[in-house]
Amino acid sequence: ALGLGGLARPVGAQEALEPNSYEEITTYNNYYEFGTGKADPAKNAEALDTTDWQVTVDGLVDNPGTYPLAELIGGLAVEDRIYRLRCVEAWSMVVPWQGIELKDILDRAGVQSNARYVAFETAVQPENMPGVRRGVLDFPYVEGLRLDEAMHPLTIMATGLYDEPMPKQNGAPIRLVVPWKYGFKSIKSIVRISLVEEEPVTTWNSLAPSEYGFYANVNPTVDHPRWSQATERRIGGGLFSSRQDTLMYNGYDEVASLYEGMDLKAQF
Amino acid sequence: MARPLTTAQRINGMLRRVPAWPLYVLGAIWAGFLFWQALTGRLGVEPINALEREYGDTALKLLVAGLAVTPLMKYTRVSLLKFRRAIGLLCFFFVLAHFSVWALLDVQSFGRVWADILKRPYVTVGMIAFLGLIPLALTSNNWSVRRLGRNWRRLHQLVYGIAILGAVHYIWLAKGFQIEPLVYLGLILGLLATRIRWKSLLQQGRAAA
Repeated sequence: ALGLGGLARPVGAQEALEPNSYEEITTYNNYYEFGTGKADPAKNAEALDTTDWQVTVDGLVDNPGTYPLAELIGGLAVEDRIYRLRCVEAWSMVVPWQGIELKDILDRAGVQSNARYVAFETAVQPENMPGVRRGVLDFPYVEGLRLDEAMHPLTIMATGLYDEPMPKQNGAPIRLVVPWKYGFKSIKSIVRISLVEEEPVTTWNSLAPSEYGFYANVNPTVDHPRWSQATERRIGGGLFSSRQDTLMYNGYDEVASLYEGMDLKAQF
Repeated sequence: MARPLTTAQRINGMLRRVPAWPLYVLGAIWAGFLFWQALTGRLGVEPINALEREYGDTALKLLVAGLAVTPLMKYTRVSLLKFRRAIGLLCFFFVLAHFSVWALLDVQSFGRVWADILKRPYVTVGMIAFLGLIPLALTSNNWSVRRLGRNWRRLHQLVYGIAILGAVHYIWLAKGFQIEPLVYLGLILGLLATRIRWKSLLQQGRAAA
Protein backbone atom coordinates (compact mmCIF):
# COMPACT_ATOMS: atom_id res chain seq x y z
CA ALA A 1 0.00 0.00 0.00
CA LEU A 2 2.18 2.78 -1.33
CA GLY A 3 1.55 6.28 -0.19
CA LEU A 4 -0.40 5.33 2.88
CA GLY A 5 2.48 6.20 5.19
CA GLY A 6 1.43 9.81 5.08
CA LEU A 7 -2.00 9.11 6.48
CA ALA A 8 -2.94 9.43 10.11
CA ARG A 9 -4.54 5.99 9.98
CA PRO A 10 -2.14 3.13 10.52
CA VAL A 11 -1.58 0.94 7.48
CA GLY A 12 -2.68 -1.99 9.61
CA ALA A 13 -6.22 -0.63 9.67
CA GLN A 14 -6.87 -1.47 6.06
CA GLU A 15 -5.20 -4.84 6.33
CA ALA A 16 -7.52 -5.65 9.23
CA LEU A 17 -10.54 -5.38 6.93
CA GLU A 18 -11.84 -8.66 5.58
CA PRO A 19 -12.80 -8.07 1.92
CA ASN A 20 -16.07 -9.37 0.54
CA SER A 21 -15.81 -12.11 -2.06
CA TYR A 22 -15.38 -11.26 -5.74
CA GLU A 23 -18.80 -12.77 -6.34
CA GLU A 24 -20.45 -10.56 -3.70
CA ILE A 25 -18.76 -7.43 -5.02
CA THR A 26 -19.74 -8.15 -8.64
CA THR A 27 -23.33 -9.37 -8.21
CA TYR A 28 -24.75 -6.78 -5.82
CA ASN A 29 -24.47 -3.39 -7.46
CA ASN A 30 -26.24 -0.12 -7.96
CA TYR A 31 -25.66 1.04 -11.53
CA TYR A 32 -29.02 2.39 -12.68
CA GLU A 33 -27.90 2.71 -16.29
CA PHE A 34 -28.18 -1.09 -16.31
CA GLY A 35 -31.35 -1.43 -14.23
CA THR A 36 -32.57 -0.70 -10.72
CA GLY A 37 -32.31 -4.25 -9.34
CA LYS A 38 -29.15 -5.15 -7.45
CA ALA A 39 -28.51 -8.07 -9.82
CA ASP A 40 -29.30 -6.08 -13.00
CA PRO A 41 -25.82 -4.60 -13.53
CA ALA A 42 -24.21 -8.05 -13.36
CA LYS A 43 -26.76 -9.23 -15.93
CA ASN A 44 -26.71 -6.25 -18.29
CA ALA A 45 -23.41 -4.40 -17.97
CA GLU A 46 -21.60 -6.76 -20.34
CA ALA A 47 -23.00 -4.54 -23.11
CA LEU A 48 -21.00 -1.52 -21.91
CA ASP A 49 -18.55 -0.61 -24.68
CA THR A 50 -15.20 0.24 -23.09
CA THR A 51 -13.04 0.08 -26.22
CA ASP A 52 -10.90 3.14 -26.90
CA TRP A 53 -12.12 4.77 -23.69
CA GLN A 54 -11.51 8.48 -23.55
CA VAL A 55 -11.84 10.94 -20.71
CA THR A 56 -12.36 14.64 -21.30
CA VAL A 57 -10.62 16.89 -18.81
CA ASP A 58 -11.86 20.46 -19.02
CA GLY A 59 -12.74 23.60 -17.14
CA LEU A 60 -10.17 25.35 -15.00
CA VAL A 61 -7.12 23.26 -15.93
CA ASP A 62 -3.86 24.05 -17.66
CA ASN A 63 -4.00 21.00 -19.89
CA PRO A 64 -7.58 20.53 -21.07
CA GLY A 65 -8.29 17.88 -23.64
CA THR A 66 -9.80 14.52 -24.42
CA TYR A 67 -7.35 11.83 -23.43
CA PRO A 68 -7.21 8.12 -24.11
CA LEU A 69 -7.28 6.34 -20.76
CA ALA A 70 -3.64 5.25 -21.09
CA GLU A 71 -2.58 8.84 -21.50
CA LEU A 72 -4.70 10.05 -18.57
CA ILE A 73 -3.24 7.64 -16.03
CA GLY A 74 -0.19 6.09 -17.73
CA GLY A 75 2.87 6.16 -15.50
CA LEU A 76 0.97 7.09 -12.34
CA ALA A 77 1.32 4.86 -9.30
CA VAL A 78 -1.36 2.18 -9.00
CA GLU A 79 -2.07 1.27 -5.41
CA ASP A 80 -3.99 -1.38 -3.50
CA ARG A 81 -6.66 0.09 -1.29
CA ILE A 82 -8.93 -2.08 0.80
CA TYR A 83 -11.86 0.19 1.57
CA ARG A 84 -15.17 -0.08 3.29
CA LEU A 85 -18.04 0.83 0.99
CA ARG A 86 -21.16 2.15 2.72
CA CYS A 87 -24.23 2.52 0.51
CA VAL A 88 -26.80 5.19 1.35
CA GLU A 89 -29.30 2.28 1.44
CA ALA A 90 -27.69 1.09 4.70
CA TRP A 91 -25.73 -1.88 3.44
CA SER A 92 -21.98 -2.16 3.22
CA MET A 93 -19.11 -4.24 1.91
CA VAL A 94 -15.34 -4.19 1.83
CA VAL A 95 -13.67 -3.97 -1.57
CA PRO A 96 -9.99 -4.49 -2.43
CA TRP A 97 -9.52 -1.83 -5.10
CA GLN A 98 -6.60 -1.01 -7.34
CA GLY A 99 -6.40 2.61 -8.34
CA ILE A 100 -4.60 5.90 -8.65
CA GLU A 101 -4.92 8.81 -6.31
CA LEU A 102 -7.17 11.36 -7.97
CA LYS A 103 -4.70 14.02 -6.84
CA ASP A 104 -2.07 12.57 -9.20
CA ILE A 105 -4.43 12.85 -12.15
CA LEU A 106 -5.49 16.37 -11.22
CA ASP A 107 -1.87 17.43 -10.75
CA ARG A 108 -1.11 16.17 -14.24
CA ALA A 109 -4.06 18.18 -15.58
CA GLY A 110 -2.82 21.28 -13.80
CA VAL A 111 -5.57 22.63 -11.57
CA GLN A 112 -5.89 26.41 -11.79
CA SER A 113 -6.04 28.46 -8.64
CA ASN A 114 -9.67 29.53 -9.01
CA ALA A 115 -10.99 25.96 -9.26
CA ARG A 116 -12.96 24.93 -6.18
CA TYR A 117 -14.89 21.82 -7.22
CA VAL A 118 -14.45 18.78 -9.43
CA ALA A 119 -17.41 17.55 -11.50
CA PHE A 120 -17.61 14.04 -12.96
CA GLU A 121 -19.80 12.48 -15.62
CA THR A 122 -20.62 8.85 -16.44
CA ALA A 123 -20.77 7.50 -19.99
CA VAL A 124 -24.17 7.36 -21.67
CA GLN A 125 -24.65 4.56 -24.19
CA PRO A 126 -28.41 4.29 -24.72
CA GLU A 127 -28.09 1.33 -27.07
CA ASN A 128 -26.16 -0.58 -24.41
CA MET A 129 -27.90 0.71 -21.29
CA PRO A 130 -31.50 -0.43 -20.67
CA GLY A 131 -31.88 1.90 -17.67
CA VAL A 132 -30.99 4.90 -19.85
CA ARG A 133 -33.60 3.90 -22.42
CA ARG A 134 -36.21 3.60 -19.66
CA GLY A 135 -35.30 7.00 -18.21
CA VAL A 136 -34.89 5.80 -14.62
CA LEU A 137 -32.87 8.96 -13.87
CA ASP A 138 -31.94 12.10 -15.75
CA PHE A 139 -28.82 10.76 -17.46
CA PRO A 140 -25.87 11.30 -17.75
CA TYR A 141 -25.18 10.52 -14.11
CA VAL A 142 -23.15 13.37 -12.64
CA GLU A 143 -21.32 13.74 -9.36
CA GLY A 144 -18.91 16.15 -7.76
CA LEU A 145 -16.47 16.79 -4.94
CA ARG A 146 -15.05 19.84 -3.30
CA LEU A 147 -11.44 20.29 -4.45
CA ASP A 148 -9.96 19.48 -1.04
CA GLU A 149 -11.99 16.26 -0.93
CA ALA A 150 -10.81 15.37 -4.41
CA MET A 151 -7.17 16.01 -3.47
CA HIS A 152 -7.37 13.93 -0.29
CA PRO A 153 -5.04 10.94 -0.42
CA LEU A 154 -7.92 8.54 0.36
CA THR A 155 -9.73 9.56 -2.84
CA ILE A 156 -8.83 7.28 -5.71
CA MET A 157 -9.78 6.62 -9.30
CA ALA A 158 -10.09 2.85 -9.30
CA THR A 159 -9.24 0.78 -12.35
CA GLY A 160 -9.54 -2.68 -10.88
CA LEU A 161 -10.49 -4.89 -7.96
CA TYR A 162 -9.05 -8.17 -6.75
CA ASP A 163 -6.22 -7.52 -9.24
CA GLU A 164 -8.65 -7.89 -12.13
CA PRO A 165 -9.50 -5.06 -14.53
CA MET A 166 -12.55 -3.19 -13.24
CA PRO A 167 -15.65 -5.36 -13.90
CA LYS A 168 -18.19 -3.50 -16.03
CA GLN A 169 -20.92 -3.67 -13.36
CA ASN A 170 -18.52 -1.98 -10.95
CA GLY A 171 -17.82 0.93 -13.29
CA ALA A 172 -15.24 -0.13 -15.90
CA PRO A 173 -12.81 1.09 -16.97
CA ILE A 174 -12.29 3.85 -14.43
CA ARG A 175 -14.37 5.04 -11.50
CA LEU A 176 -14.14 7.23 -8.46
CA VAL A 177 -13.88 5.78 -4.94
CA VAL A 178 -14.40 8.10 -1.97
CA PRO A 179 -14.57 5.73 1.00
CA TRP A 180 -15.94 8.14 3.61
CA LYS A 181 -18.97 9.08 1.52
CA TYR A 182 -22.09 7.12 0.60
CA GLY A 183 -21.52 4.92 -2.43
CA PHE A 184 -23.52 7.02 -4.88
CA LYS A 185 -20.78 9.70 -4.74
CA SER A 186 -18.30 7.20 -6.20
CA ILE A 187 -19.35 7.67 -9.79
CA LYS A 188 -18.70 4.90 -12.31
CA SER A 189 -17.40 4.66 -15.89
CA ILE A 190 -16.14 8.24 -15.99
CA VAL A 191 -15.89 10.10 -19.30
CA ARG A 192 -15.50 13.68 -18.07
CA ILE A 193 -13.67 15.44 -15.26
CA SER A 194 -14.30 19.18 -15.04
CA LEU A 195 -12.65 21.64 -12.69
CA VAL A 196 -15.17 24.33 -11.81
CA GLU A 197 -15.70 27.29 -9.53
CA GLU A 198 -19.25 26.58 -8.33
CA GLU A 199 -20.69 23.51 -6.60
CA PRO A 200 -21.69 21.26 -9.50
CA VAL A 201 -25.15 19.73 -9.97
CA THR A 202 -25.19 16.11 -8.84
CA THR A 203 -27.73 13.48 -9.91
CA TRP A 204 -29.34 12.19 -6.69
CA ASN A 205 -29.10 15.54 -4.97
CA SER A 206 -31.01 17.26 -7.76
CA LEU A 207 -33.61 14.46 -7.87
CA ALA A 208 -34.32 14.40 -4.13
CA PRO A 209 -32.42 17.16 -2.24
CA SER A 210 -34.00 16.23 1.10
CA GLU A 211 -32.77 12.64 0.78
CA TYR A 212 -29.33 12.96 -0.79
CA GLY A 213 -27.02 15.82 0.12
CA PHE A 214 -24.13 17.11 -1.96
CA TYR A 215 -21.62 16.06 0.69
CA ALA A 216 -23.19 12.67 1.49
CA ASN A 217 -20.59 11.93 4.14
CA VAL A 218 -21.38 8.69 5.95
CA ASN A 219 -22.95 9.91 9.18
CA PRO A 220 -24.86 7.65 11.60
CA THR A 221 -26.50 10.66 13.27
CA VAL A 222 -28.19 12.06 10.15
CA ASP A 223 -30.95 9.74 8.98
CA HIS A 224 -32.19 9.37 5.45
CA PRO A 225 -35.85 10.49 5.61
CA ARG A 226 -36.99 6.97 4.72
CA TRP A 227 -34.59 4.92 6.85
CA SER A 228 -32.12 5.14 9.68
CA GLN A 229 -28.41 5.51 8.93
CA ALA A 230 -27.37 4.48 12.44
CA THR A 231 -26.70 0.89 11.46
CA GLU A 232 -25.84 -1.07 8.35
CA ARG A 233 -25.91 -4.62 7.10
CA ARG A 234 -22.66 -6.06 5.90
CA ILE A 235 -23.22 -7.99 2.68
CA GLY A 236 -22.36 -11.67 2.85
CA GLY A 237 -23.69 -12.52 6.29
CA GLY A 238 -26.67 -14.48 5.01
CA LEU A 239 -30.29 -14.47 6.09
CA PHE A 240 -29.62 -14.12 9.81
CA SER A 241 -26.79 -11.62 9.76
CA SER A 242 -27.04 -8.91 12.39
CA ARG A 243 -26.74 -5.19 11.77
CA GLN A 244 -23.62 -3.35 12.80
CA ASP A 245 -23.17 0.23 13.88
CA THR A 246 -22.34 2.70 11.15
CA LEU A 247 -19.15 4.67 11.80
CA MET A 248 -18.80 8.43 11.36
CA TYR A 249 -17.08 9.05 8.01
CA ASN A 250 -17.39 5.30 7.52
CA GLY A 251 -14.47 4.95 9.94
CA TYR A 252 -12.14 7.27 8.03
CA ASP A 253 -11.73 9.84 10.80
CA GLU A 254 -8.73 11.45 9.11
CA VAL A 255 -11.11 13.40 6.86
CA ALA A 256 -12.86 15.12 9.78
CA SER A 257 -10.61 18.18 9.44
CA LEU A 258 -12.08 18.82 5.96
CA TYR A 259 -15.44 19.59 7.57
CA GLU A 260 -14.40 21.61 10.60
CA GLY A 261 -16.89 24.36 11.32
CA MET A 262 -19.55 22.90 9.04
CA ASP A 263 -23.02 22.00 10.31
CA LEU A 264 -23.15 18.39 9.19
CA LYS A 265 -26.90 18.15 9.78
CA ALA A 266 -27.59 21.04 7.41
CA GLN A 267 -24.83 20.18 4.91
CA PHE A 268 -25.36 16.45 4.92
CA MET B 1 -83.59 -29.20 -26.42
CA ALA B 2 -81.33 -27.49 -23.92
CA ARG B 3 -79.39 -24.45 -25.07
CA PRO B 4 -75.69 -25.14 -25.68
CA LEU B 5 -73.49 -24.07 -22.79
CA THR B 6 -71.50 -20.85 -23.12
CA THR B 7 -67.73 -20.98 -22.65
CA ALA B 8 -68.08 -19.25 -19.29
CA GLN B 9 -70.63 -21.82 -18.15
CA ARG B 10 -68.35 -24.63 -19.22
CA ILE B 11 -65.40 -23.10 -17.34
CA ASN B 12 -67.59 -22.56 -14.27
CA GLY B 13 -68.71 -26.17 -14.49
CA MET B 14 -65.13 -27.35 -14.47
CA LEU B 15 -64.16 -25.00 -11.65
CA ARG B 16 -67.00 -26.38 -9.52
CA ARG B 17 -65.06 -29.61 -9.32
CA VAL B 18 -61.80 -27.88 -8.26
CA PRO B 19 -61.49 -27.45 -4.50
CA ALA B 20 -60.02 -24.24 -3.03
CA TRP B 21 -57.84 -25.86 -0.35
CA PRO B 22 -54.89 -26.66 -2.68
CA LEU B 23 -54.33 -22.90 -2.96
CA TYR B 24 -53.29 -22.84 0.70
CA VAL B 25 -50.87 -25.68 0.05
CA LEU B 26 -49.44 -23.88 -2.99
CA GLY B 27 -49.09 -20.69 -0.97
CA ALA B 28 -47.26 -22.47 1.82
CA ILE B 29 -44.97 -24.20 -0.67
CA TRP B 30 -44.20 -20.88 -2.40
CA ALA B 31 -43.44 -19.14 0.91
CA GLY B 32 -41.22 -22.03 1.99
CA PHE B 33 -39.50 -22.15 -1.39
CA LEU B 34 -38.66 -18.43 -1.22
CA PHE B 35 -37.32 -18.87 2.32
CA TRP B 36 -35.19 -21.80 1.23
CA GLN B 37 -33.85 -19.78 -1.70
CA ALA B 38 -32.93 -16.92 0.64
CA LEU B 39 -31.29 -19.33 3.08
CA THR B 40 -29.15 -20.97 0.42
CA GLY B 41 -27.97 -17.84 -1.37
CA ARG B 42 -30.27 -18.23 -4.36
CA LEU B 43 -31.78 -14.77 -3.85
CA GLY B 44 -28.39 -13.10 -4.16
CA VAL B 45 -25.74 -12.06 -1.67
CA GLU B 46 -28.13 -9.91 0.39
CA PRO B 47 -31.03 -12.27 1.05
CA ILE B 48 -32.87 -10.35 3.78
CA ASN B 49 -34.02 -7.47 1.64
CA ALA B 50 -34.60 -9.82 -1.28
CA LEU B 51 -36.88 -12.10 0.77
CA GLU B 52 -38.72 -9.11 2.20
CA ARG B 53 -39.40 -7.90 -1.35
CA GLU B 54 -40.42 -11.32 -2.64
CA TYR B 55 -43.03 -11.71 0.12
CA GLY B 56 -44.29 -8.17 -0.37
CA ASP B 57 -44.45 -8.64 -4.12
CA THR B 58 -46.43 -11.88 -3.76
CA ALA B 59 -48.85 -10.15 -1.37
CA LEU B 60 -49.45 -7.36 -3.89
CA LYS B 61 -50.06 -9.86 -6.66
CA LEU B 62 -52.60 -11.71 -4.50
CA LEU B 63 -54.25 -8.40 -3.66
CA VAL B 64 -54.65 -7.68 -7.37
CA ALA B 65 -55.91 -11.22 -7.99
CA GLY B 66 -58.48 -10.90 -5.22
CA LEU B 67 -59.72 -7.58 -6.56
CA ALA B 68 -59.98 -9.07 -10.06
CA VAL B 69 -62.56 -11.71 -9.09
CA THR B 70 -65.60 -9.44 -9.19
CA PRO B 71 -64.76 -7.62 -12.48
CA LEU B 72 -63.92 -10.98 -14.07
CA MET B 73 -67.37 -12.23 -13.18
CA LYS B 74 -68.98 -9.01 -14.34
CA TYR B 75 -67.33 -8.93 -17.74
CA THR B 76 -66.80 -12.63 -18.59
CA ARG B 77 -69.27 -14.46 -16.31
CA VAL B 78 -66.39 -16.66 -15.18
CA SER B 79 -66.70 -17.04 -11.43
CA LEU B 80 -63.68 -17.53 -9.18
CA LEU B 81 -65.71 -16.55 -6.14
CA LYS B 82 -65.10 -19.81 -4.32
CA PHE B 83 -61.33 -19.15 -4.44
CA ARG B 84 -61.50 -15.57 -3.23
CA ARG B 85 -61.31 -16.35 0.46
CA ALA B 86 -58.15 -18.40 -0.09
CA ILE B 87 -56.64 -15.61 -2.21
CA GLY B 88 -57.43 -13.04 0.46
CA LEU B 89 -56.13 -15.12 3.35
CA LEU B 90 -52.96 -15.97 1.47
CA CYS B 91 -52.48 -12.28 0.78
CA PHE B 92 -52.69 -11.66 4.52
CA PHE B 93 -50.20 -14.41 5.29
CA PHE B 94 -47.70 -13.03 2.77
CA VAL B 95 -48.08 -9.54 4.26
CA LEU B 96 -47.49 -11.11 7.68
CA ALA B 97 -44.38 -12.86 6.33
CA HIS B 98 -43.23 -9.61 4.71
CA PHE B 99 -43.69 -7.77 8.00
CA SER B 100 -41.95 -10.51 9.99
CA VAL B 101 -38.87 -10.57 7.76
CA TRP B 102 -38.71 -6.78 7.96
CA ALA B 103 -39.11 -6.62 11.75
CA LEU B 104 -37.16 -9.71 12.82
CA LEU B 105 -34.43 -10.14 10.20
CA ASP B 106 -34.06 -6.64 8.76
CA VAL B 107 -34.65 -4.04 11.46
CA GLN B 108 -33.93 -6.49 14.31
CA SER B 109 -35.12 -4.44 17.27
CA PHE B 110 -38.51 -3.52 18.63
CA GLY B 111 -37.39 0.05 19.31
CA ARG B 112 -36.28 0.58 15.74
CA VAL B 113 -39.43 -1.07 14.35
CA TRP B 114 -41.55 1.32 16.37
CA ALA B 115 -39.38 4.32 15.42
CA ASP B 116 -39.67 3.43 11.73
CA ILE B 117 -43.46 3.07 11.95
CA LEU B 118 -43.75 6.53 13.51
CA LYS B 119 -41.07 8.30 11.52
CA ARG B 120 -41.16 6.89 8.00
CA PRO B 121 -44.32 7.53 6.03
CA TYR B 122 -43.89 4.52 3.72
CA VAL B 123 -43.58 2.25 6.74
CA THR B 124 -46.58 3.94 8.40
CA VAL B 125 -48.67 3.38 5.28
CA GLY B 126 -47.57 -0.26 5.01
CA MET B 127 -48.32 -0.81 8.68
CA ILE B 128 -51.83 0.66 8.38
CA ALA B 129 -52.49 -1.65 5.44
CA PHE B 130 -51.25 -4.63 7.46
CA LEU B 131 -53.38 -3.74 10.50
CA GLY B 132 -56.37 -3.21 8.22
CA LEU B 133 -56.01 -6.71 6.87
CA ILE B 134 -56.17 -8.32 10.32
CA PRO B 135 -59.95 -7.93 10.90
CA LEU B 136 -60.55 -9.09 7.34
CA ALA B 137 -58.46 -12.22 7.89
CA LEU B 138 -60.13 -12.90 11.26
CA THR B 139 -63.59 -12.74 9.69
CA SER B 140 -62.77 -14.85 6.65
CA ASN B 141 -64.81 -17.83 7.84
CA ASN B 142 -68.40 -18.99 7.39
CA TRP B 143 -69.35 -18.32 10.99
CA SER B 144 -68.32 -14.65 10.73
CA VAL B 145 -70.08 -14.23 7.39
CA ARG B 146 -73.33 -15.49 8.94
CA ARG B 147 -72.83 -13.60 12.15
CA LEU B 148 -71.99 -10.24 10.58
CA GLY B 149 -74.61 -10.38 7.82
CA ARG B 150 -74.65 -7.15 5.81
CA ASN B 151 -71.84 -5.71 7.91
CA TRP B 152 -69.46 -8.39 6.66
CA ARG B 153 -69.64 -6.88 3.19
CA ARG B 154 -69.09 -3.39 4.52
CA LEU B 155 -66.14 -4.54 6.61
CA HIS B 156 -64.50 -6.28 3.71
CA GLN B 157 -64.81 -3.22 1.52
CA LEU B 158 -61.90 -1.99 3.63
CA VAL B 159 -59.74 -3.90 1.20
CA TYR B 160 -60.23 -1.17 -1.41
CA GLY B 161 -58.41 1.35 0.75
CA ILE B 162 -55.86 -1.23 1.89
CA ALA B 163 -54.98 -2.06 -1.70
CA ILE B 164 -54.31 1.59 -2.52
CA LEU B 165 -52.15 1.91 0.61
CA GLY B 166 -50.24 -1.19 -0.43
CA ALA B 167 -49.46 0.29 -3.84
CA VAL B 168 -48.50 3.66 -2.33
CA HIS B 169 -46.21 1.84 0.13
CA TYR B 170 -44.38 0.28 -2.82
CA ILE B 171 -44.16 3.50 -4.86
CA TRP B 172 -42.84 5.37 -1.84
CA LEU B 173 -39.92 3.08 -1.20
CA ALA B 174 -38.68 3.00 -4.80
CA LYS B 175 -35.72 5.15 -5.82
CA GLY B 176 -35.80 7.04 -9.11
CA PHE B 177 -38.51 6.49 -11.70
CA GLN B 178 -39.55 2.85 -11.59
CA ILE B 179 -42.33 1.32 -13.63
CA GLU B 180 -43.35 -1.68 -11.53
CA PRO B 181 -44.83 0.11 -8.50
CA LEU B 182 -46.81 2.35 -10.83
CA VAL B 183 -48.14 -0.67 -12.70
CA TYR B 184 -49.49 -2.08 -9.44
CA LEU B 185 -51.18 1.19 -8.55
CA GLY B 186 -52.64 1.39 -12.08
CA LEU B 187 -53.98 -2.17 -11.89
CA ILE B 188 -55.49 -1.60 -8.46
CA LEU B 189 -57.11 1.70 -9.43
CA GLY B 190 -58.39 0.12 -12.66
CA LEU B 191 -59.93 -2.82 -10.80
CA LEU B 192 -61.51 -0.48 -8.27
CA ALA B 193 -62.90 1.70 -11.06
CA THR B 194 -64.86 -1.27 -12.44
CA ARG B 195 -66.81 -1.24 -9.18
CA ILE B 196 -68.02 2.30 -9.54
CA ARG B 197 -71.61 2.47 -10.74
CA TRP B 198 -71.06 5.16 -13.33
CA LYS B 199 -74.70 5.22 -14.44
CA SER B 200 -76.08 6.01 -11.03
CA LEU B 201 -73.29 8.51 -10.50
CA LEU B 202 -74.25 10.21 -13.76
CA GLN B 203 -77.90 10.24 -12.82
CA GLN B 204 -77.07 11.71 -9.44
CA GLY B 205 -75.00 14.33 -11.23
CA ARG B 206 -77.93 15.19 -13.51
CA ALA B 207 -80.33 15.30 -10.61
CA ALA B 208 -78.01 17.67 -8.81
CA ALA B 209 -77.72 19.88 -11.91
